[in-house]
Amino acid sequence: MAESIIEVRNLWFSFNGETVLRDVNLSVPEGDFLVVIGPNGGGKTTLLKVMTGLLRPDRGTVSVFGEPPHKVAHHIGYVPQNVHVNSTFPIAVLDVVLMGRLRPGRGWPRHSRQDRMAAQAALEQMQVWEYRDRRIGELSGGQLQRVFIARALVGKPRILFLDEAMASIDAHSRGEFYETLNELNRTVTIVAVSHDMMILSSQVKSVACINRDLHHHNSGNITQEMLDDAYHCPVDLVAHGVPHRVLKLHEDQ
Amino acid sequence: MWEALQADFIRNALAAGILVSIVCGVIGTLVVVNRIVFLAGGIAHAAYGGIGLAFFLGWPYVAGTTAVSLLSAGVMAAVTLKARHRADAMVGVIWAVGMAVGVILLDLSPGYNADLMSYLFGSILTVPASDLWQMALLGAAVLAVVTWYYNDFLAMSYDDEFARLRNVPVTFLYCLLLGMVALAVVMIIRVVGLILVIALLTIPPFIAERFTGSLRAMMIASSLLSCLFTVVGFWLSYAMNLTSGATIILVAAAGFFLSILWERRRRRAGARDGKPA
Repeated sequence: MAESIIEVRNLWFSFNGETVLRDVNLSVPEGDFLVVIGPNGGGKTTLLKVMTGLLRPDRGTVSVFGEPPHKVAHHIGYVPQNVHVNSTFPIAVLDVVLMGRLRPGRGWPRHSRQDRMAAQAALEQMQVWEYRDRRIGELSGGQLQRVFIARALVGKPRILFLDEAMASIDAHSRGEFYETLNELNRTVTIVAVSHDMMILSSQVKSVACINRDLHHHNSGNITQEMLDDAYHCPVDLVAHGVPHRVLKLHEDQ
Repeated sequence: MWEALQADFIRNALAAGILVSIVCGVIGTLVVVNRIVFLAGGIAHAAYGGIGLAFFLGWPYVAGTTAVSLLSAGVMAAVTLKARHRADAMVGVIWAVGMAVGVILLDLSPGYNADLMSYLFGSILTVPASDLWQMALLGAAVLAVVTWYYNDFLAMSYDDEFARLRNVPVTFLYCLLLGMVALAVVMIIRVVGLILVIALLTIPPFIAERFTGSLRAMMIASSLLSCLFTVVGFWLSYAMNLTSGATIILVAAAGFFLSILWERRRRRAGARDGKPA
């Protein structure tokens, strides 16, 4: 197995006195495509934010490439849940993506030639280069999602964190989107959070279920027990008829 | 009007109006996109406490107002960063307390109280040349700071979470912004008065936001609109013998409603042609 690049050890996090994450342990190897599923309010987004360094844990440690997350920010790409944030803001698509090249406090408001070339490459990779001069508010949810992934990729991250990346993408372009993720996964480790189990139809390499406690499985398969544990109520497993994925049968079936 | 331009006080007034407009366009843009209009209003009204303090202690106006504005900006920065969900109520409290302290200090000040209306509604005609130099200096400082941190301000204003992730010093920039708002307020009070500060900080950027494609363009457009409103308002107030601050704001308001009408027409025309607006 490849070397572990994210190590979460005995992690506790509470918000307003309520425990959101309870003694979570997780290690993610390089090249993994990990999907964290779980019910709304189960702590998925919180876990992602702790792993990226946006939130500090109450107890326990998170290390990314052996360092606290904020020290390796340049290796981390992050795609937020809400891509519609600030949609009236006067900013063009290209400028949003250039934000991913920001070196803080550097001053002087010019981006270098390399920055612009990297932004073009990221936008082309996500197939949204043609919208570069559009105002951000004019794009559809799916286009926005691609722009935000381009913003995350433009800094050449080694890990890509996706928070509910499928939420803004309509059903018929999902297949294509999963294909893009699979392609990205050839060079980048992906950690995606989703309450939508459709994401499991892509080439997911491991799955974790979270509802305060975390259950991690080093395979792309998901079992009824995992879901029952995570959701505390029976959830039906749905196979999507996607040929490359076969869901493991329930033990007593 | 051309004879009037010969007079020093008219030229000073126009120069003050233009300097204030440039600062308003830049700072107002950041205030509007960061949604801290209410906070800026709080700082402006709390500045009245500074005017009272200056009278009470016999300080120059600028010293008292600057001190109190920066203090209230500091308190508001701390409150909004620590207890975001109750920040609006706290801003309301500081807003009212600042004004009340100003009134009481003026009550307690011995002797003649200067024309308070001029601090509430501005007194562009009495701006002395020495104030112009202070304004020019402050304006240059604001422009330099915003230019230097432009990309960081852009990232913070658009998506502060992403900015934090990229290690942009968001807390520092936020405090810096509130500090600049406080200094801008001290300057704008001279021209339109503290009651009308929010209007000049918000109306031009609000119009500009819908017709510009970048934060930089929004700042430039806001500054130009602000210049236009100030000069036209000043000319009208001079020609019709009205209070200049209130006239400037009404001109800005007229511009605001015209821009809404124009945008509606444009949208309707766009819909007729089958194009999205």
